[in-house]
Amino acid sequence: MKDILTILEKNAKATPEEVSEMTGHTPEAVQEAIAQAERDRTIVKYKTIINWEHLGEQEVLAMVELRVTPQRDVGFDGIAKRIARFPEVRSLHLMSGSYDLSVLLAGQTMQEVASFVAIKLAVLEEVQGTTTHFLLKRFKEDGVILDGEDGAKRLPLSP
Amino acid sequence: MSNKQEPAQDKSFLSQRVKDLSPSGIRRFFDIISTMDDVVSLGVGEPDFITPWRIREAAIYSLEKGYTMYTSNFGLLELRQAISAYLKESYDLNYDPADQVIVTVGVSQALDLAMRAILDLGDEVIIPEPTYVSYMPCVSLSGGVPVTVPTHMENSFRVQPADIEARITPRTKAILMGYPNNPTGAVMPRREMEQIADIARRHDLMVVSDEIYDRLVYGVEHVCFASLPEMADRTIHVGGFSKSYAMTGWRIGYACSNSEIIEAMMKVHQYTMMCAPIQGQMAAIEALRSGDSSVEEMREEYNRRRHLMVRGFNRLGLSCLEPQGAFYTFPSIKGLDMSSDEFAERLLLEERVALVPGSAFGPSGEGHVRCCYAVSTEEIEEALERIGRFVGSVKGGH
Repeated sequence: MKDILTILEKNAKATPEEVSEMTGHTPEAVQEAIAQAERDRTIVKYKTIINWEHLGEQEVLAMVELRVTPQRDVGFDGIAKRIARFPEVRSLHLMSGSYDLSVLLAGQTMQEVASFVAIKLAVLEEVQGTTTHFLLKRFKEDGVILDGEDGAKRLPLSP
Repeated sequence: MSNKQEPAQDKSFLSQRVKDLSPSGIRRFFDIISTMDDVVSLGVGEPDFITPWRIREAAIYSLEKGYTMYTSNFGLLELRQAISAYLKESYDLNYDPADQVIVTVGVSQALDLAMRAILDLGDEVIIPEPTYVSYMPCVSLSGGVPVTVPTHMENSFRVQPADIEARITPRTKAILMGYPNNPTGAVMPRREMEQIADIARRHDLMVVSDEIYDRLVYGVEHVCFASLPEMADRTIHVGGFSKSYAMTGWRIGYACSNSEIIEAMMKVHQYTMMCAPIQGQMAAIEALRSGDSSVEEMREEYNRRRHLMVRGFNRLGLSCLEPQGAFYTFPSIKGLDMSSDEFAERLLLEERVALVPGSAFGPSGEGHVRCCYAVSTEEIEEALERIGRFVGSVKGGH
């Protein structure tokens, strides 16, 4: 199972036949393993990493640090679940250190992001304070360097 | 008019020893490829990964700190200690970093030093074949005589101990082993290695063991020759960083043996090379310190590609063993009624796929071609498709 998922993690487009060739499992077994992983949400989603800047698209991203008061019985989970539901929230993590929740926000403009923080996040009862950092440039996303690695070429033949 | 000096017609300054060296079996393919676009090459002999960043970064940092000078002829002590610790942990070997380890300019130089250190004119060295292209010239250049032992697909290209013993003469000085093997991908099992160790002991021979691919084995054990009973003293263990850590261009290898041998190798090294480049040595220290997870990641990736290529060839009717080590497959083209050289040339010209004819590795490589799977899965699939088309057209034409 792990060998199959490792391949898919790098290339979601790998077909069951290709995965079968690389692992030795039959295509049917691969298909079944993938289906099972999809059912139990080991495979959460298939997506594509796109460098929108190549299309001239502007997207504003901001990392917001939230200091929040945990609640009885649910700790940070209640407030986290509530914040996670906003589509503007790209990712959300509970942190150790000087703040509690790290929120990655996406929007069309800086104003849009700023007003989301002001109207939706800062006003939540549990939120004690926010610090917003706007992202200036994306270099690496999900383990992939967006502009690629060096273009050095090997010799076509070597002993 | 050219000012270039042409040698006088009736005189050549070349030494007989160099004139006697066979030309490389891959040289002419270079010239063909240089005129072509869109070639998929399975003819490489190195990883397609770039050296892991932590290792590159350590070398850059060493430059910034001003490490630009000679090192000890033996190499940086810190690196020798790390090599010694690696061999202790992996194979329970006990080499003293002070005088039993020498850092070299790749395994190539380590082999050259080993041969120069042990061979007198006319001494014979037994070499399993198909053989890595440098082994025989390396022996000849030191005045030795290479004696080859053919290996065959029926024995998974493992050298048979009895075949080695049959070639021993009073002039035999050493056996040169290269497992995991380039070009066949063969790995020697422990039992047969023990038999070869026994032969070396009985006939009082040195064993030079090139284990550059030691970390690239798939589901089998790599048996380190020097770790066999009583073998540490009569083995020159040769290893390096090029293949496991994707560091071919750094040119860092090493040799370990008893202090008499290493002292002798160091003597040749100090007069001909001084030391291996310091940046490469600094990078190698970092490789041993933090490279394990990168090695394992790359090995797993090679393993997936290995399956892909082996199944692909067998499906095309080119019978191919599952290689257990290194990153080469060595499929048979015997059903096609042409030499491996002709196969390689026609495949390159007709379908733009480069590979290395088996004959480049000695007569017993004939009937096979070497294909490297340290290339992307996309390239492997494209190459297999083109080779399939070529094989189809050859069979159709007969």
